[in-house]
Amino acid sequence: MRRLKALLIKEFLQMRRDRLTLIMMLGLPVIQLVLFGFAINTDVKHLPTIVFDQSLQQDSRDLLSSLEASGYFDVKYLAASYQEVNSAVDAGKVKVGIVIPPDFSENLKHGRQAAVQVLVDATDSMAASSAISAAQLIGQLKSQDILLQQIRGFSGHPTEKPYDIRIRPWYNPDFVSAFYMVPGIMGVMLTMTMVMITSMAIVRERERGTLEQLIVTPMKNWELMLGKIIPYSLVGYVQVTVALLAGVLIFDLPIRGSLALLYALTALFILASLALGLLISTVTKNQMQAMQLSFFVFLPSVLLSGFMFPREAMPIAFNLLGNLLPLTFYLQILRGIILKGVGLSVLWPQIVALVIFIIITLTISIRKFQKKVA
Amino acid sequence: MIKLEHVSKNYGRVLGVNDISLEINQGEIFGLVGPDGAGKTTLIRMIAGILSPTMGAMRVLGAANPEIIKQYLGYVPQKFSLYGELTVQENIFLLGSLYGQDKEEIEERANQILDFTKLLPFKERLADHLSGGMKQKLALAAGLMHRPKLFLLDEPTTGVDPVSRREFWQMLYRLNKEGTTIIVSTPYMDEAELCSRVAFMHNGKVVDCNSPEGLRQSYPYRVLELNAKEPSIKRYLAIPSVMECNKFGDKYHVIVKDGAALAEVKLTLEAAGLISEALKEIPPTLEDVFVALASEVF
Repeated sequence: MRRLKALLIKEFLQMRRDRLTLIMMLGLPVIQLVLFGFAINTDVKHLPTIVFDQSLQQDSRDLLSSLEASGYFDVKYLAASYQEVNSAVDAGKVKVGIVIPPDFSENLKHGRQAAVQVLVDATDSMAASSAISAAQLIGQLKSQDILLQQIRGFSGHPTEKPYDIRIRPWYNPDFVSAFYMVPGIMGVMLTMTMVMITSMAIVRERERGTLEQLIVTPMKNWELMLGKIIPYSLVGYVQVTVALLAGVLIFDLPIRGSLALLYALTALFILASLALGLLISTVTKNQMQAMQLSFFVFLPSVLLSGFMFPREAMPIAFNLLGNLLPLTFYLQILRGIILKGVGLSVLWPQIVALVIFIIITLTISIRKFQKKVA
Repeated sequence: MIKLEHVSKNYGRVLGVNDISLEINQGEIFGLVGPDGAGKTTLIRMIAGILSPTMGAMRVLGAANPEIIKQYLGYVPQKFSLYGELTVQENIFLLGSLYGQDKEEIEERANQILDFTKLLPFKERLADHLSGGMKQKLALAAGLMHRPKLFLLDEPTTGVDPVSRREFWQMLYRLNKEGTTIIVSTPYMDEAELCSRVAFMHNGKVVDCNSPEGLRQSYPYRVLELNAKEPSIKRYLAIPSVMECNKFGDKYHVIVKDGAALAEVKLTLEAAGLISEALKEIPPTLEDVFVALASEVF
């Protein structure tokens, strides 16, 4: 115990004297939250739009104002020719071009199909899909109104819509991106600090020879490892707390589930990440290698864990690959507790997965660590 | 105290230490001397329990398992291995605690040891801000916190100024007087002279092991010291009775087989018009011995 205490004191003294790393560890959560929380918005609105209205009747104006009212399309230019629409999209001045043919009103009046062309610049797939779905939805609503009017005209009494599908977006009804992003960023940030800083801290001891001085003392291996795990776990908890506070204060993040459960399960993720960092430190020779290998873990964690892209959309192989990353499960835990307010009865599979990961990784790294020492 | 029997250590295919058998007794200052890459560090690390031998048997302080004797062992690695961002005192306290000492014990011993190493005025200084010599003293102090019975030092004075080197060795002598057995590796011959026994290592083997005096006595040749400014002296001495001619500072050591060769060298020099008064026989230095041992190995 005395030895462990001495190691902990040493570790905290080192942290305190390495100001830059300390500031990075504690400031990173806030900076990343603000950056990602404000900048990333998957619901793309206000797309610059050019309109080529050849009909210029009440009906076409009506359609255009509906499109504008949706908030997705900002009509920036009015074109006088089809060519003008093309070149505006080509030049990137607009993302959407709407072309209304001259016979638009005529067709509507005679109950024929009235075509409208919507050109979308799909180089940015996220913006394109927003535009496409908004345009389609408005088209359908407009058609529905006209159909209902026609039916009423025939039968002479009011008619109800045959289908009434009501959508209720649960957990995040206003589609606030920050609600989805904040828990994700917490997980990503923890991965980065825990895996990278831990592996580098251990490799630095080996690189500078201080590990050799520690090995000749009667200290046990487990004391050496706990001496690293405890301080960095504390750093992880400080980061989580800072991130949660920032999330609540800046983005009004609701925390619907049990905060105690969140903190308890965070321990599992921190341990899993530290075990990974330990493993990296046993296979690398210097801090540079440790950093590169950490990035090798970090990038798939960002891409495959469901932090940015929905895992449901991934090919099966990549979906399975994501199951090897602790962040995948931690994100489900975080979003589950923070946004949905669920508890252990729902989250147990994730817990089991993390525990399995910890056991396997820790066993391998302890084995390898001892070999390196001997 | 330490017994090595046919100990070898290889790193993959590279042989670090090759079939060494040695016995080191209590109370010795045992020197490991040899060129870089001779296997000195590997041998010390094995005795310290950091590396385990690939082959052979080892007993240190009577134990075959290095774990159980760590308490009695002090080790100063070749490279400064304490924490640069910690102060002198913090480093010393850390090492004391790692050896399981309690607070009073540490404070008492720290004062004593800092006084002994003359580091007391610098105890609040960060280790990174110490000079090379002071860093080595700190490493020595840290290694002595737990009063080891066996103290291992791997080239502790490499890159240290001559005054600090002398101070350092005075400290080692005092420790040794207090009963600490010391094993020290060094590339310096003048330091080898200060050991009670010296093992000369070359290519992973111990070529010879004896007291400095014993090593000198077993030297089979005679050494002539030549005080000459002539730069091409070696050319004149290319005669069969001269085995070798090595430059030592501004002097030359001419190695000959026997007394008869002495006269021959004298004649040769006089014939070349050089003053022969500058020539005299001297007892062999350890350096002469090691040069001879090294060339025999080749």
